[in-house]
Amino acid sequence: MRIMIPVEEKSIESRVCQSFGRAPYFLIYDTNTRESDFIDNSAANSQGGAGIKAAQTVVDNRISALLTPRCGQNAADVIKSANIKIYRTINDSIVDNINGFYDNKLDMLNEIHPGFHNHGGK
Amino acid sequence: MKIAVLSGKGGTGKTLVSVNLASITEGSSYIDCDVEEPNGHLFFKPVDIKTEDISVKIPTVDNCLCNGCRKCVDFCKFNALAYIQDNIKIFDDVCHSCGGCKIVCPENAISERDKNIGEIQRGVSENVDVNTGILNTGEASGIPIIKELLRESDNREFTFIDCPPGSACIVMESIKDADYCLLVAEPTLFGVHNLNMVYELVRIFDKPYGVLINKCLDDDNPAEEFCIEKGIDILGKIPFDNELGTINSNAQIAVRADKEYLKMFSSILKRVTREVQDETAINP
Repeated sequence: MRIMIPVEEKSIESRVCQSFGRAPYFLIYDTNTRESDFIDNSAANSQGGAGIKAAQTVVDNRISALLTPRCGQNAADVIKSANIKIYRTINDSIVDNINGFYDNKLDMLNEIHPGFHNHGGK
Repeated sequence: MKIAVLSGKGGTGKTLVSVNLASITEGSSYIDCDVEEPNGHLFFKPVDIKTEDISVKIPTVDNCLCNGCRKCVDFCKFNALAYIQDNIKIFDDVCHSCGGCKIVCPENAISERDKNIGEIQRGVSENVDVNTGILNTGEASGIPIIKELLRESDNREFTFIDCPPGSACIVMESIKDADYCLLVAEPTLFGVHNLNMVYELVRIFDKPYGVLINKCLDDDNPAEEFCIEKGIDILGKIPFDNELGTINSNAQIAVRADKEYLKMFSSILKRVTREVQDETAINP
């Protein structure tokens, strides 16, 4: 299956980004082939509705699970409508979180925040 | 004569000035454009109130007609639409009612529905027509209400526009048709910072303007220094006055409560009127 993680740089050694909607890049990781693909987040510079646009990217990339430290209400609405699961990352190491996912050690992200409404998210 | 009263922050005295100036004319119109928290009506206590609902248009999609082309999703600058599993999802609170998605849809799948965002109350208080705009709590923008408030041209000699604080879009909308801008400032360093914000705004909008400094003490007056330095007309200085503050906090109109304030605001109005007439003579 394909999972997605918001990341700071286009490298598996880099850190998980604290923001989902305005992360600079997303990592798409295939748990079967163990392949990594980094894409730009087109929502990062949005005037508004960044969470919605970032969530649209999740949906369009046939992702089964999103791993993120936090997620806003609008983004969560889009992602859950598509039956995609949202997990909370355990730390800011991408590798630790991928391994945690394989080992079923990650919790679901239940605390959805109301959103930053054009105030950044960083 | 449409006079907009603005300041860079709340609490400087916009409502004090606009309510009292409106009250001393023979007949005027007072428009409260601070639709997020209108307070002029607390002083005027208007009667014979007529209410008008204000709505904006929000898109609604017929998913049976939608062909999944996503032109609407791609078009929306505010990202108010998402396409998930063959359905368009619309985020009402993010939508800015531009109407663009409806236009770009090749299948006519998008129609519009009304969403109530607030209301306008029009009433009377002695010699003043009182117009109050009220935005519902939680709504994104009061601009549609302000547009409607200012739409009807008034036949009163004076119209006083009590603007929202700051210098953002909602203030720009409030001053668009003003003949003159009265900037209310506090005599402090912070007051200068805020005055500068609206000073820059009125210059961008090419509006004639003058300053009223409120709550003046005998100390240094950075706002006055700022005006002198920039060559800005100071139309008056209202002293820091406990009595005036008390009258105001009791929601009384100072010029109706005490002759002393009637005199003070009358001379301010005389000065403002002269400035506006001079402006109209120079730039008819």
